[in-house]
Amino acid sequence: MWNDFVTQFWPATIDGLSIGSIYALVALGYTMVYGVLRLINFAHSEIFMMGTFGALFVPYTLGITTPQTGFALVGIFLLMLAGGMLVSAGGAVALEWIAYRPLRKRGASRLAALICAIGASLFLQEVFALYVIPRVFDRPQQGRNLTPLPRIMERNELFSIAGHAVRLDQVIVVAAAVVMMVALDRLVTKTRIGRGIRATAQNPEAAVLMGVDIDTIVRVTFLVGGAMAGVAGALYLLAYENTSYFIGFLFGIKAFTAAVLGGIGNLRGALIGGIVIGLVENYGAILAGSGAWKNVITFGVLVLVLMFRPSGILGESLRQTRA
Amino acid sequence: MLNRRLLRAVAPVAALALALSACADDNKDKVKKGASAVASGASAVASGASQAGSAVGGNSVKIGFMGDLTGENSGIVIPARNGAKMAIDQYNATNPAVKIEMVEYDSKADPTTAVALAQQAIKTDKIVGLVGPAFSGESAQVGPVLEEAKIPSITMSATNAKLAANGWKYWHRMLAGDSVQGPGIGEWIAGPAAKKNVFVIDDKSEYGKPLADFVRKVLTDKGIKFESDSIDPAESDYSTAVNKAVAFKPDAIFFGGYYAAAGKLLKQLRDKGVKDATFVSGDGSLDKGLVEGAGAANADGAIVGCPCLIGGSDAPDPKVAKFAVDYKAAFNADPAIYAAEGYDSSSMFIAAIKAGNTTAEAINTFLVTADVPGVSKQMKFGPNGEVSATDTYIYQVKGGKIALLGNSKDAKLG
Repeated sequence: MWNDFVTQFWPATIDGLSIGSIYALVALGYTMVYGVLRLINFAHSEIFMMGTFGALFVPYTLGITTPQTGFALVGIFLLMLAGGMLVSAGGAVALEWIAYRPLRKRGASRLAALICAIGASLFLQEVFALYVIPRVFDRPQQGRNLTPLPRIMERNELFSIAGHAVRLDQVIVVAAAVVMMVALDRLVTKTRIGRGIRATAQNPEAAVLMGVDIDTIVRVTFLVGGAMAGVAGALYLLAYENTSYFIGFLFGIKAFTAAVLGGIGNLRGALIGGIVIGLVENYGAILAGSGAWKNVITFGVLVLVLMFRPSGILGESLRQTRA
Repeated sequence: MLNRRLLRAVAPVAALALALSACADDNKDKVKKGASAVASGASAVASGASQAGSAVGGNSVKIGFMGDLTGENSGIVIPARNGAKMAIDQYNATNPAVKIEMVEYDSKADPTTAVALAQQAIKTDKIVGLVGPAFSGESAQVGPVLEEAKIPSITMSATNAKLAANGWKYWHRMLAGDSVQGPGIGEWIAGPAAKKNVFVIDDKSEYGKPLADFVRKVLTDKGIKFESDSIDPAESDYSTAVNKAVAFKPDAIFFGGYYAAAGKLLKQLRDKGVKDATFVSGDGSLDKGLVEGAGAANADGAIVGCPCLIGGSDAPDPKVAKFAVDYKAAFNADPAIYAAEGYDSSSMFIAAIKAGNTTAEAINTFLVTADVPGVSKQMKFGPNGEVSATDTYIYQVKGGKIALLGNSKDAKLG
């Protein structure tokens, strides 16, 4: 056990950081929506799933099936990010407009919105399995199979830590995630719209009285949260080179766990929560002796943290984030 | 006023009914009965449609087919469905006294769904025999239900060894189980392939775990060094198992599980630098999904063992060759895994019905003593329902295609 942990510590750390950054990006969407609306948006896992397909659409339409290099690679990668962000952000805004806004306008209970979110989640999964994958991606009868991304980037070793290779794709995933999170942090703390988001999170009624257009704020929140999930989707696709209609389920639960672990409603908490989940599941699985124990360990840690620190690691919410 | 209110109440119901019947029509050819509990209304409409469609006149009996027809691992079930359907279509085309109607049940490999569908098959559709269920997990749950209703079944692909140990009188299997396949592959790894350092991974499923255990047992008996791990197939990231494999430096890796996970695992292994170890898996991975999931370059050279025989139109056995030609003509594809076993399972029921047995009980009695030549093998069941033939075949991925390498007793690595 311990020997395994020592020999596999570095590779596990590299893998944990890379998947943890993707968890963190998805967790941001949960945490932002919760901060503003006090709603756990269970359909966010499907927004992530849509992001993977949005990114997949780019190499699919361009007909790229071989590894690219140089500017072609950078261009495709940026287009994939854009594709993922576009589809996810569009999906999230549409979801808010169709499913949540009418409920909010009628003053329905939060439970109604939660059930609506679960319904929307199943709806989106089935739409992808039955229509989008067979028709748009031309894989008839294979809607529920894995949809692969051909290798568009050679997996070269970039540098090594303690004799363990760090690949280009892993570096891109972590770097892109960090850049997006810094950008988001700036948006929320430094801009006018960010101030609106924080004001709404602190006290919706007072924010309205002070002239904040709450509908715009909610829409922007979904837009930004969706875009982050889209980036996560594109990065996921790059790292694992496959996706399916059901990909969001386990991933969504883990990202949600990351959001709760870091302190739901707290942006930096989501980042920390994601990385912690990524690392803990990899370290824990080595110590338990088998990868099959990953989820047991992850959720065991969640229970422990919440028992002793119910508000999560950072504890403070979006409301108290200082400008 | 009353009218408008009535209209308001009725309109959505009518729209829903319309939508459901449209759905049912749409799917009639592919899958007659939706597996999920979409609404009992939908399946009522669907079964109505199928009964209306089967105005065969005179005598006809129903044979069911159950398996994962639309799910993640449907690639290894659809060829069997095609084979089973082809046998019945050929038989019906001869204008026999008793026609057979095949009813498809899409279990999506979910045991709970499979049990509900089995009950529907017994009570509503009154089938006299079932081809399937395709996988071991669902077979373990459906077996007792069929046993109680005294409906004979022949599975063409569920290979879990324990299935034969339940003492079920109405259960049969058209291919050798894991107690043959597992040791067959294990002995191939130790013998003809001559591997010294093996990493054995399973997916903890009803199929993958026991299969891997059979391989581990052979390796232990032969004194070959090995290390074990398990994965959760629903995960995207198998890095724990992969990192362990990197540290162990194996010259062969055995994976007990289905192709969806096998493809992802193989890709992650190769990407992490486990390049030279031969990747070996069982019949659950014998699908082009393995190549697609891992990428053609990564999958090249991967080995898949199977107690099934997949022959093309160039096969030396004329029966196998003719089957391949007919299959290609009917489905515009070469026969894939279990196509021949599916065809044979149907043929066995057809033989029983030809001999004048049209009730479930009479068919089962026929199955006990029958000894009929089939495409994949001589079809004869032992008292526990197992087929008598016990060969395991080794296949290898070459240039994106899965090609037969030979019998596991002597197949050499190319």
